[in-house]
Parts: sequence; structure tokens; C-alpha cells
Amino acid sequence: MNKRPNIYLKLFLSTLQLSAFTFGGGYVIVSLLQKKFVEKFKWISEKEMLDIVAISQSSPGAIAVNSSILIGYRMAGFWGALSTLLGTILPPLLIITGISFFYEAFRDNQIVSAVFKGMQAGIAAVIVDVVYRMGKRYFVDKDYLSIAIIICAFSLSFFLEINVIFIILGGIALGVIIYLINRKKQKTSNSNGYGHIEKAVEQPNKENPDKDQTSQDIGSTTQISKDSENSKEGEDDLC
Amino acid sequence: MIYVELFWNFFQIGIFTIGGGYAALPLIQHHIVDLNNYLTISEFIDIITIAESTPGPIALNAATFVGVRTAGFLGGVICTLGIILPSLIIVLILGKLYSKYRGMQGLKTVLRMMRPVAVALISAAALRIVLLVFFEGRVAKAQNLNFIILGLFAVSLFVLRKFKLNPIWVMLGSGIIGGVIFSLI
Repeated sequence: MNKRPNIYLKLFLSTLQLSAFTFGGGYVIVSLLQKKFVEKFKWISEKEMLDIVAISQSSPGAIAVNSSILIGYRMAGFWGALSTLLGTILPPLLIITGISFFYEAFRDNQIVSAVFKGMQAGIAAVIVDVVYRMGKRYFVDKDYLSIAIIICAFSLSFFLEINVIFIILGGIALGVIIYLINRKKQKTSNSNGYGHIEKAVEQPNKENPDKDQTSQDIGSTTQISKDSENSKEGEDDLC
Repeated sequence: MIYVELFWNFFQIGIFTIGGGYAALPLIQHHIVDLNNYLTISEFIDIITIAESTPGPIALNAATFVGVRTAGFLGGVICTLGIILPSLIIVLILGKLYSKYRGMQGLKTVLRMMRPVAVALISAAALRIVLLVFFEGRVAKAQNLNFIILGLFAVSLFVLRKFKLNPIWVMLGSGIIGGVIFSLI
């Protein structure tokens, strides 16, 4: 019983700390959320964190706020979400209110800008570290489809400066297309004689989606790589 | 009533900000400077500078700043609530759907495609930040490279990876060391 208030307080204080000390906006805060909740507390798996980022990006509002809400909700339901939300919005509210009264002096202060400059180097290091950790897995696992998506989406965003929302919609569309193709393939294989065998092989995984997640993921990787020609179509849409 | 107006404006901004905090800035300009004349354009540019150089999400900083400037502290609270309310509602619904249907094959496949997209977008943001910091917002040419920042970056990355130090200490540390160096130069 005593544990519940503790988790709310911990959620509140974690996001409060991140929001109060993190310069540079959304993606830096997301990187720190990842460091704190995935690597330090180990409350959330890396995959789930990426799902949270993906959902945050596709919903309206600031990514940092959305991810905080989702992490809070994931850890402790509605009140957890409110705890992390409060932690995220309180520091800007207080700091900005303070600054707004003497912001001309703040803006032109030499020491303040020197400290900011130094701090930005640290921020760059933190976000590079997180990106390295997030991306490494795909290269270690030799997950070529994901690597292709990373390269494609990265180029679209960085070089072509396509609006993020279109890249996200492209990713969703690609997922839907691959899912529909897979389902169609299953249906056609069901209608010929081999269907039973394939179905029987896949059945145990479907019943225990959580327990057998890794093996199922490997299964779906091979299934998807078979469709690589088809998925290229989807990626052409993206590019 | 100024509070209701501010709330309604920022509620709309909250709904249409898709793709992160920076997307909110042109919307804030449209609603606050062009439509309602709450602030002048030069005040708005100051807001962007302040929002980027203070901690916290940029959209929230900007919303608070507009609120405080137009209607005091309560204005800041109202604008913050306005901009986060759409997020809160929509994200909670999506979070609920996610925890309910995450085992479903269709959603699994879509999320499997979305994860590398998330990694890619964070990487792109990271590279933008790195270039901005290394070249101080100028063209990415060798003579524009700031070696002090490069050194601070290398040390910070080393400390982060080697000693797994809390990133907040790394950022504050590089801020203090950089502050001393840049003030002396």
C-alpha cells in the first residue's frame, strides 16, 4: 500500500529534474527519459520506450510532454500520467515566469551565454550517446529492413527536410502494407495444402505473444524480408 | 475575458502542433502576433530565443512566456494548460489503446516499422544539434569549427560512456567549465 505514493513521487521528481535541467527541447528530454527509465531504473524496455516515442511523435503536442504522459501512464495509470505531466510543466512555468520579468538583462548577459555555450556541448554528447545506444541494436541484430527504414527516414528528415508528420505517416503506411501482405499470404497458404503446417508452426507463438516475443520477432523478420520487394514499394512512397 | 481567449488560442495551438515543439512556434506566431496582436513580432523573436535557451520543452516555454507577458503568472498557467490539454487527452487515449492492443499482429507490425522511424528522427535531431553546437549556427566549414566546444563534447561523451555519470551532471559540468573558459577568452 505504501508503495503507491512512492511511485507517484518518484515519477514526479524524475520528470521535474529532467524538465528543470534539460536545455534544447524535445528530443534531448526524450533521450534523458530513455536514460533514466530504461537504463537506470529499468522500468521500461527499450522497445517499449521506442513505441512511446513513436506514439508521442504521431500525436499533437510537444514530444517531451507526450512521452512523459505515456511513461507515467505506463507506470501508474492515470494518476501516474498526471504526476509526470506536472513534473514536466512545473519547471518551465516557474523558470520562465522568473525570467520574463528581467529577460532583456538575461538575454544580453555574457556569463549566461558563456555557460549556455558550454552546456550545449554536454547536451550534444548526451543525445549522441542515446542515439548510439538506440541504433546499435539494429546493426548488431542485422535487422536490414529496420536499417533501411532508418537510413530512408533519416535522409528524408535531415537532407530533404520533409515535415516529420509525413515521415511518420509513411512509417505507419509501410507497417499497414506489410501487415496486409503478410495476412494475404497466410490466407493463400491456408487455401493450399501446406496451410495447416504453417499455421501449426505459427500457432504457439500467437497464443503466448509476450512469452515468446523474441522468437516471434525473428519469425516475423524472416517473413518480412521475404516481402522485401513489396516493401520497397512502400518505401518508394516514402522517398 | 483575456484568460478564456488565451486558453482557447493555446488549445488550438496544442491540437495542431504535430511533429514536436518547434512546430508550435509558427502557430503561436499566427495566433498571438497575427490574429490577436497580444505581442509584437520582435517580442515574439525574443520569446523564441528565451524558449530555446531555458530548460524544458520549447513549446511549453513559449506558451508560458506569452501568457506571463500578456496576463501575468495566471496567464502563464492558463496558456500552459491550454497547450497541454489536447496532448493529455489524445495521448492518454492512445496509451490506453496501446496497452490494450499491443499484442495484436497488425499493431505489432506497424509499431515494428515505427520504431526505426523514431530512431531515425531522433538521430536527425541529434545531428542537427551537434552541427549547430560545433559550428555555432554557421556554415559547417572547418574554419568555423569551435575546438573548445569540440573538446568539451569529447570529454562529456567519454565521461558518459565510461563512467555512466548522470547526464544532468555532465551537462551542468560542461556548462560550468565552458562558462569559465568562454568568459576568460
